[in-house]
Amino acid sequence: MSWMVWTVPTAVFFSSIAAMLAGMTVWEILSPTIERKGFLPIATTRGDRLFIGLLSAAFIHLGVIGFTSLSIWIALAVSALWLLVLMRWG
Amino acid sequence: MNNKIPNNRAWLLVLPMLVLVAFSAIIPLMTVVNYSVQDVLGPNATFFTGTEWFKSTLNDPALQAAFLRQISFSLIILAIQIPLGIGIALIMPKRGWQASAVLILITLPLLIPWNVVGSIWQIFTRGDIGLMGWGLRELGVNYNLTRNAGDAWVTIILMDVWHWTPLVAMLCYSGLRSIPEAYYQAARIDRASKWAVFRYIQLPKLTNVLVIAVLLRFMHSFMIYAEPFVLTGGGPGSSTTFLSQSLTTMAIGQQDLGPSAAFSLIYFLVILLVSWVFYTTIMNMQKDKPPHGGA
Repeated sequence: MSWMVWTVPTAVFFSSIAAMLAGMTVWEILSPTIERKGFLPIATTRGDRLFIGLLSAAFIHLGVIGFTSLSIWIALAVSALWLLVLMRWG
Repeated sequence: MNNKIPNNRAWLLVLPMLVLVAFSAIIPLMTVVNYSVQDVLGPNATFFTGTEWFKSTLNDPALQAAFLRQISFSLIILAIQIPLGIGIALIMPKRGWQASAVLILITLPLLIPWNVVGSIWQIFTRGDIGLMGWGLRELGVNYNLTRNAGDAWVTIILMDVWHWTPLVAMLCYSGLRSIPEAYYQAARIDRASKWAVFRYIQLPKLTNVLVIAVLLRFMHSFMIYAEPFVLTGGGPGSSTTFLSQSLTTMAIGQQDLGPSAAFSLIYFLVILLVSWVFYTTIMNMQKDKPPHGGA
């Protein structure tokens, strides 16, 4: 594993992604998702919304890191909030 | 509304593939993520740099320029190859030996390895011995792809159109062949014009293959490397240096593993975003359309 040069932040990052995927699987088994239309222009399932949320989170982080001097924690907070809004009303 | 008994055991059959993909893609990708936040000098000499590489990559003027060039290149070749491919597929013979002969002729460029395509066009466009270069010069056109950025662009786009339009044409051809004759009979009874047949029968039936064509062409053109590298070497200046060539220079030429890892991730995210947008839009266009006599 040492060739993968793990760091604590990246390990935390991948663990959270893995936890999210596992959580989504359990949630899906307990109550299967129904495709529906929220404020997004397309009908989405829960998994679609998670994907959209994570992908936009990546671009939010890139934007904050690259073009502002704001803290990365602000990007994280905004992304988390956006993900919640998206999961609930998207 | 779904009354079927859910049975997800078929997913178990996907497991071997998942293991393979884990080793060929997921674990390497994780390693790239790890590299992107560190300065890796050796096995035991790594320094955590946080988001520094991402910041410097996003603000690098050379990479920004390469990114814009890459986007314009992909859009231009999609705008040319997709309509051209559909057009070629429409006029291809439908049966008999002509159909086979045309198919073979059209497939030929696809069989040529990418760097050979580059060499072919490099020789073809040379002013002293190349047919196109020499011919243009004799006609009085001042054509020189090693000195003029415009010439280099035109040549690369021509080369890509020559190399890859056949793929689009083949996909569309197979899509057209799968339309049942009954649709055309119905159109003839309605005395539908050629355009109406194309617009309301052929184009809707081509949607699925066009999704594949657009995605394949976008992804490949966005990652194009060998052909322009052999043909122009990224020049003149850096006018035809595309993203993958910038990445190779960084990662292999300069051994800047951290910055190139950050760069690869941004590159990957852009490809992921664009592919997803294409796929979702085309799939939804299909969903919203009123059905024309069943799908």
